Amino acid sequence: MAGRPTAFVNARMIDPESRYDGPGCLVVTEGVIADIARRPGLEGLSEDVRVVDCNGAMLAPGLIDLRVKTGEPGAEPKETLKSAARAAAAGGVTSMVLQPDTDPTIDDPAMVDFILRRARDIELVHVYAAGAATKGCEGQRMAELGLMREAGAVYFTDVDRPIVDSKVMGRVLRYAHAFGARVAHRPADPYLSAGAAATAGEFSGRLGLPSVPAVAERIMLERDLAMAELTGAALLVDQITTAGALESLRRARDRGVNVAATASINHLSFNELDIGDYRTFYRLDPPLRSEDDRQALVEAVASGLVEVIVSAHAPAPAEDKRLPFAEAAPGAVGLETLLPAILALHHDGRAPLLDLISAATLAPARLLGLRAGRLAAGAPADLVLCDIDAPVVIDADRLISKSKNSPFDGRRLQGQVLMTLVDGRVVHQAEQ
Amino acid sequence: MDTDADIEASIRRRAFAFPHRHFLSVHGLSRPDAEQLLDLADAFVAVNRRADKKLGLLRGRTLVNLFFEASTRTMSSFELAAKRLGADTIAMSPRTSSMTKGETLIDTAVTLNAMRPDLLVVRHSASGAASLLAQKVSCSVVNAGDGWHEHPTQALLDALTLRRAFGKVEGLTVAICGDVMHSRVARSNVGFLQLLGARVRLVGPPTLMPPGVDRWGAEVFHDMRKGVAGVDVVMMLRLQLERMDGAFVPSTREYSRFFGLDAEMLAHAAPHVRVMHPGPMNRGVEIESGVADDPGVSLIQDQVEMGVAARMAVLASLAARLAEGVEV
Repeated sequence: MAGRPTAFVNARMIDPESRYDGPGCLVVTEGVIADIARRPGLEGLSEDVRVVDCNGAMLAPGLIDLRVKTGEPGAEPKETLKSAARAAAAGGVTSMVLQPDTDPTIDDPAMVDFILRRARDIELVHVYAAGAATKGCEGQRMAELGLMREAGAVYFTDVDRPIVDSKVMGRVLRYAHAFGARVAHRPADPYLSAGAAATAGEFSGRLGLPSVPAVAERIMLERDLAMAELTGAALLVDQITTAGALESLRRARDRGVNVAATASINHLSFNELDIGDYRTFYRLDPPLRSEDDRQALVEAVASGLVEVIVSAHAPAPAEDKRLPFAEAAPGAVGLETLLPAILALHHDGRAPLLDLISAATLAPARLLGLRAGRLAAGAPADLVLCDIDAPVVIDADRLISKSKNSPFDGRRLQGQVLMTLVDGRVVHQAEQ
Repeated sequence: MDTDADIEASIRRRAFAFPHRHFLSVHGLSRPDAEQLLDLADAFVAVNRRADKKLGLLRGRTLVNLFFEASTRTMSSFELAAKRLGADTIAMSPRTSSMTKGETLIDTAVTLNAMRPDLLVVRHSASGAASLLAQKVSCSVVNAGDGWHEHPTQALLDALTLRRAFGKVEGLTVAICGDVMHSRVARSNVGFLQLLGARVRLVGPPTLMPPGVDRWGAEVFHDMRKGVAGVDVVMMLRLQLERMDGAFVPSTREYSRFFGLDAEMLAHAAPHVRVMHPGPMNRGVEIESGVADDPGVSLIQDQVEMGVAARMAVLASLAARLAEGVEV
C-alpha cells in the first residue's frame, strides 16, 4: 500500500497510551498513523483511500518483544534473523530485541553494527540489539557499553548468565546509566542454580531431577535491587518468576528504586507440573515454578508491578531437545504464540485485555524510548489486526521458526493474527 | 520339594500378560499387578534352585541389555534371567558402542530397535531416560535404573525377599536409611512397599532428603535411633563416597557415626529385624560387616538370588503380552 493511504474501519481499537478499548478506525499514510477516531468509521474519506474493514477484530499496536534469541551469528541451523523475523511478523510482533549471547558475542560496537545491518536487509520487522554487559557475557570485564550504545544497543545484559561479582554488577549498572541505558539481569543465585533442571519441590523430588529452590531468584534479586539503589542506576529484572521475588520487587518499587521487570509468557502460562513425563519442551531456564508462583506472576502483570511480557524466544533444534530432561537444552520458541498466549490470560479472566496488550506494546516501547507501542497520530504504523476469539490449535511443526520447540504444541488457544503492519507495510497476512 | 512338573505347572498357572507395554516405574502398577508379579517370581525361585534352570518361555525372543552406566550385578542378573527363560541376549555399553562418538541416546535406541529386539533393558544416569526411550522404540522397555528416578525391578526383588522372609509385606514397618535424595532404589521402594501395604520410614541427614519428601506418605527421621526404633526391616542405601567429603555430609567417619548401621544401632529395631542393602556395600561406612554378614539378620544374599527370579517374572510377563499380539 505504498503511497496510497489505508483506512482501517470497524475495529475494536486498543490504545494502551490513552487507555482506550472500543470501536475505532485509523488511517495510515506513508508509514505513520495519520488520523485516528473513536468511532467505527470515518466520514469524508477521499476515494483514493484503500479501506480495510476489520469486522470488529482487534486493532492494536504491534507487539514489542524485549527478549528474542536467534541462532545468528554462530548457530544458524537453530534460527536465522530472517526466520525469526518471519515468525515475528506472523505472530504480530513488529519489534524485537536480539540477545547478545551469540557466537561471537555481541560485545563490541562492530558486532552491534553488523547485526543491525544484517537485520535491516531483511526488511520485515524492526530489529534492535541488546549488547553484552561484560566481555563474552563472562561477568568479568565490562564490555564497551558507551560505544555499543552509540552503535545502537538498546540495553545491556549477559542474558542467561548472572553477573556473580557484585563489584562488576555495580560498575556495569553505574556506567551504563551514564549512557542512558538500562542493565537487564536475570536473578539467579549461581551456586544454588548450578546443574538444576527444575524447581525444588515435591514434583522434582519425585521425578529425581536436579533442582533449584525458588529462593535462588529472590537472593540474587535482593542483591541487584540493593546495587540499583546504591548506584541510582536503572535495572531491568529479566524474567521474574517467583512470588518471593515479586515481594522483593514490590518493596524496592515502594522505596523508589529505578527498576522495571519482565515476565516470560511461558511462566505466565505453565507451571512445574507441565513437565509431566519429562517433556523437554517444558525444560526452561528459569525452570517452571509452582502454580502459586504462576498465579502471583499473572497478578503482578495485571497490577502493573511487572510491566513487560516477553516471549523469551529461544530456539532449540530437535537434537538438543530429544535428550533426557536434565541434559536437554533449555528454552522455548515463542514469537508466533506470544499473542494468543497473552489472549489466553484475558479469556481466563485473569487480566483486562488493555493491560495485557500494554505489557507487550507500550511498556516495552517506553523502556526503549520508542514512538511505537501506541495508536496516536504521528506514531509509526506498526499494527496488528487480530481476531481474538478465533480458535487456533498450535501445531509446532507448522511454526515458521526453524526450531519447533514450542511448549504450546497441541494447545488450544484463541487469537488469530489477520494482518501485521510495520511502518505501514503489510508484513504478514493470514490466508483467507 | 516339588517335582519339576509341579514347578512348571505352577508357572503356567501364575503366568499372566502384563497390562503395560513397558516396565518403567512402580507408579501406575495396581496391587493385583504387583501381587501377580510376586507370585510368578516366587515360582521362578524354585526353577532357579534346580539343576536344569532352563525354561522356554522366551524362546526365540531377543533381549538387549543397554547399560550406559556400569553395573555388573544388575546387568548379569538380567542376562541370567533372560537366558534361563530361553531368550537370546546381547549386551551393549557406551564404552564399546558409538555413544562415545557423539551418537545420542535416541539414535542408539533407534538403531537397536531396527534390529527388532523384543525387550530392551536400559540403565542410564539421567532421570527419565527409560521413559524417553520407550517413546521411540517399538519393543518393550525395562527400566534398569534411570538417574535418581526409579529402579523398579529392585523394588520388586526387595518385596519378594521380604515376602519370603516374613510371609507378607502388608503391615511391615520398613526404615529406608541413607542417601534418599540421590536414590532411585528409595523412590521405587517407597512406592512399591506402600502399594503392598507396608509402612515406610525414611531416615537420613536433611541434606540427603529430596525436596518435598514430607509429602511422600512416609515418616521422615533425621535421628537414626528413632528412625529404626521398633522397625521390622532396615533397608540401607548406598552412599556415593564423593558425596561424603563435605558436599552433603562432613566426612565418612561422621556419617558412619550417625547414620551407619552396626549391631548397637540395630538393637533399637524389633527383635526379629532383618537388614537389606541393594549393593554394592561400603562396608564400615553405611553398614558394618558384622551386620551385613550375620545370616540371622542379613537378607542381602537373598536379595541377589531374588533379583534373578524377579527379573524373570518381569520379562516373562512382558513377553506374554507380546505373544498375545496386543502391541506390534
